[in-house]
Amino acid sequence: MKARVFVTLKPSVFDPQGHTIAEALHSLGYGSIGEVRQGKYFELELDVASPAEAESLATEVASRVLANPVIESFRIELAAAAGGAS
Amino acid sequence: MTFAVVVFPGSNCDHDAEYAIRHAMGHDARFVWHKETSLGDVDVVVLPGGFSHGDYLRTGAIARFSPIMAAVRAFAERGGPVLGICNGFQILLECGMLPGAMLRNRDVTFHCEMVRLRVERVDTPFTRSATVGQVLRIPIAHGDGNYFAPPETIAELDAASRVVFRYVDAAGEVTEAANPNGSINGIAGITNAARNVVGLMPHPERACQDVVGSADGRVVFESVVASLAERGTVGVGAR
Amino acid sequence: MTVDPAVLERHGITPGEYERIVRLMGREPNLTELGMFSVMWSEHCSYKSSRVHLRTLPTEGPRVLQGPGENAGAVDIGDGLAAVFKIESHNHPSFIEPYQGAATGVGGIIRDIFTMGARPIALLDALRFGRLDSRQTRRIVRGVVAGIGGYGNSIGIPTIGGEVMFDDSYAGNPLVNVFCLGIAPRESLVRGRASGVGNPVYYVGAKTGRDGIHGATMASAEFDEKSAEKRPAVQVGDPFMEKLLLEACLEVMATDAVVGVQDMGAAGLTCATSETGSRGGVGVEIDVSLVPQRETAMTPYEIMLSESQERMLLIVKRGREAEVERIFGKWDLHAVEVGQVTGDGLLRVKDRGRVAAEIPNLALTDEAPVYQRPFAPPAGRATLATIPVREMAASPVPAEAFLALLGSPTVASKRWIYRQYDYMVRTNTIVLAGMGAGVVRVKGTSRALAMSVDANGRFCYLDPRAGARLALAESARNVACAGALPIGATNCLNFGNPERPEIMWQFAEAVAGLGEACRALDIPITGGNVSLYNETDGRAVLPTPVIGVVGLIEDASTARGRVFPSEGLEIVLLGENHGELGGSEWLATVHGLLRGVPPALDLAREGALIRLLVDLASRDRIRSAHDCAEGGFAVALAECCFDSGGIGAAVDVPAAAGTAHAAFGVAATLFGESASRAIVSVEPARLAEVLAAAKSVGVPAARIGRTGGAAIRIALAGRTEIDCALAEAEARWGDSLAAGLVGAA
Repeated sequence: MKARVFVTLKPSVFDPQGHTIAEALHSLGYGSIGEVRQGKYFELELDVASPAEAESLATEVASRVLANPVIESFRIELAAAAGGAS
Repeated sequence: MTFAVVVFPGSNCDHDAEYAIRHAMGHDARFVWHKETSLGDVDVVVLPGGFSHGDYLRTGAIARFSPIMAAVRAFAERGGPVLGICNGFQILLECGMLPGAMLRNRDVTFHCEMVRLRVERVDTPFTRSATVGQVLRIPIAHGDGNYFAPPETIAELDAASRVVFRYVDAAGEVTEAANPNGSINGIAGITNAARNVVGLMPHPERACQDVVGSADGRVVFESVVASLAERGTVGVGAR
Repeated sequence: MTVDPAVLERHGITPGEYERIVRLMGREPNLTELGMFSVMWSEHCSYKSSRVHLRTLPTEGPRVLQGPGENAGAVDIGDGLAAVFKIESHNHPSFIEPYQGAATGVGGIIRDIFTMGARPIALLDALRFGRLDSRQTRRIVRGVVAGIGGYGNSIGIPTIGGEVMFDDSYAGNPLVNVFCLGIAPRESLVRGRASGVGNPVYYVGAKTGRDGIHGATMASAEFDEKSAEKRPAVQVGDPFMEKLLLEACLEVMATDAVVGVQDMGAAGLTCATSETGSRGGVGVEIDVSLVPQRETAMTPYEIMLSESQERMLLIVKRGREAEVERIFGKWDLHAVEVGQVTGDGLLRVKDRGRVAAEIPNLALTDEAPVYQRPFAPPAGRATLATIPVREMAASPVPAEAFLALLGSPTVASKRWIYRQYDYMVRTNTIVLAGMGAGVVRVKGTSRALAMSVDANGRFCYLDPRAGARLALAESARNVACAGALPIGATNCLNFGNPERPEIMWQFAEAVAGLGEACRALDIPITGGNVSLYNETDGRAVLPTPVIGVVGLIEDASTARGRVFPSEGLEIVLLGENHGELGGSEWLATVHGLLRGVPPALDLAREGALIRLLVDLASRDRIRSAHDCAEGGFAVALAECCFDSGGIGAAVDVPAAAGTAHAAFGVAATLFGESASRAIVSVEPARLAEVLAAAKSVGVPAARIGRTGGAAIRIALAGRTEIDCALAEAEARWGDSLAAGLVGAA
């Protein structure tokens, strides 16, 4: 099974990279783009039997390692492994 | 007096710390590999700077799970002095031994330069021999030194006087211009509630000899030696 | 011949080269073998256009422990230690993907150093970009600087200096040359040599993927519109992996369990196996199915040609395998036995036991073609040699030109760049970035090493032989200003398409000039790199031979920087000013011209100046030293004041002797770039002694003024020509580059 983990900075945290990217886009002429927040995306190949196990494992890994709870939050999407529908 | 310098995969200021402790300050220093489960018989623990695990996930995020960290935590819980320098500070933040987190520098570039630090408190083992308000010229070299903590944590740090160093200008004032990375309130270094664990982003081990540009960092190492001698607790780190 | 000509062309192999291959093999090569020849016989790997010329360079000397031919050169620095150093280019990848191109360039040269058993302790980089008013150039500059910083900082080796220059000719062909220096015990330098029939061949480091296949052939061809499709050929560097490799390899090499080590760079596994085999006069047999792979279904062709980064090849002593594996295991690295040394001189590539390729080692290396490409000077040189005074607009007054020069990107402070590099890690840096030649101390000894990389493409364009001589002289002079005696040099020769006679002429002339200067100044070349085909759509870069000189300081405390350390010091000008503006920064910045002849160079006088600088510094007779280069005397004097904390200078100099450009009056004296000059600051009590010392060795010397005050004041024979507030000049110099790069995307 495959889990997709999206890690983003909490709304209250200033994002210097996102801010810089937004400025760059504006100076390139993309005036209709407002704020930009940068995050991280992880794909995990999971060798488990059920979606429930996958969710549980991915959540544990995300909260313990992939995201720093002081400044980041995360969400998880599950997919079948390569070859299945996503 | 024996210092342990913990070496993680990707630490690159470990040799600098060992050299400063040994040659500049004249004390014993030994390397402890991150896979060890015991620190050995040491008096001070230093987590050095570098790019442990490449900083690939987050600075310090993977190193904090190293086997040696259980021993470091236990050493701290017994009151042993622990100094986290740059990446070492980041590791202490990630494992919760100090509160808060590091963000990318405000201008999204790496900064290598001499800065001025003001000593805010002398009631930690690493600032005991300094004076309040003393300004030290110490180098920084980091891309992720923008200290962040939620407002309630900042309030707590201020209330308990746990900010140990701040970035200041030539006049000794905390200003935006003197802040190289955007840290909240110009925070460069903090201590824990028990006041034995100190983390700072600048590199005192790079400022122990005039020949490399400044010897102002010596006071950090002198302090912990004096502090331990005073307590008569040399050897607290056994086991 | 039965091979399809299109296949040959894709591999960059000429019909003549194919015939040579068939002759050497005694049969036609299969596709895998053809691929291996294509990378090994590429310009980048074989130096086929340049070897006949490079052979003329002086490579020997009493200190030389290793000359050209190995992964890096080495010189003896005393105390049983060797300095191991080299410079390499990563130009073409840095255009395609600036960050990773530059990053992997840094990674590559670092491996070349530690593969010799030396711990790398310093990096320098020589960079060339187009004009900053181009968005594409700004993107390339930001990417390259971030890549050099990203890789160097992560692996923990300080970038202690370098140089950057901007010119339109580099717009489509940026130059990224990276120099690295390391220290090794003299007696245990490790060579890239396989020996001992039956010794196991080990692979360690990152897994092999499909990245970078034909990277060597890309570096041996020009760019055109199709180049955008070559993006996948640039690899992503992994400095963390390289840090682990570095530590583990140094630990392994400190035992005597390895016989030879080579890193896998250009041409990957093919190069590492064939070169170690050739150097040792033995054969190497490997089975590619044993090579750790990160992609599926890789063919022998792909595995042999892959340029995946951060991989090393080790020849281990039979019986010591467990020890080697254990050390790599400690660093969480997987060292895998992939083959063994044989006695038949062949590179035999197997795939699950079946032979996929078999080539005599020497055919891939020593027997690569050597070309005597035709060369001839381009037309129009007589015109180029004259400065068209009558057609030029009136020049701005000196005060205006002074500020314009200080603010021009080539002259302006590079602080925006070097602040992104950790130049202090390892606590050896005693002359900080931006302050002169980089200087690092050698811990455990009283010594220090100074190093500098220098080139002047404009001078070389006007006269390649003279330009190359001047580059070597400048690099040696920079190192001498730091108080170091030059003891060795490396070179990175960046030129256009060698199949064009005028480019080949530039190359041949430059190598000849470099050789002359090295011989006259007694500085051996210990190795280097050639980068050709730096052209886009037929337009070549300025011929840019970059020279890296290394110097030795016996007592680290006598290292000197460029900055005036205090007020009230006497300023002494060493050398003679002939007011030469040919090819100068002034002519380019103020008039937009590249014309004239480069400054004259008297190598005997340059040698005398170099020895004098070293002597005066070693006996603590001077407080600072800085040479005159781009922008001439006025800019050099200003640079001595910058970063001093507000110490200005007031000087009075005579008009340039025998002005070659009397037509430009005062500008010739102030901004002319005559060679063999340095500005030193001296304690008043030492002044007479310094002047006498100069006189005794025939170096012209004159006290011209004093440090102090809040202005930079330059008078010519009593008449003030420049009187600029130091703060204003320093702001102009300090803020220019950042202003040109930040803000605008």
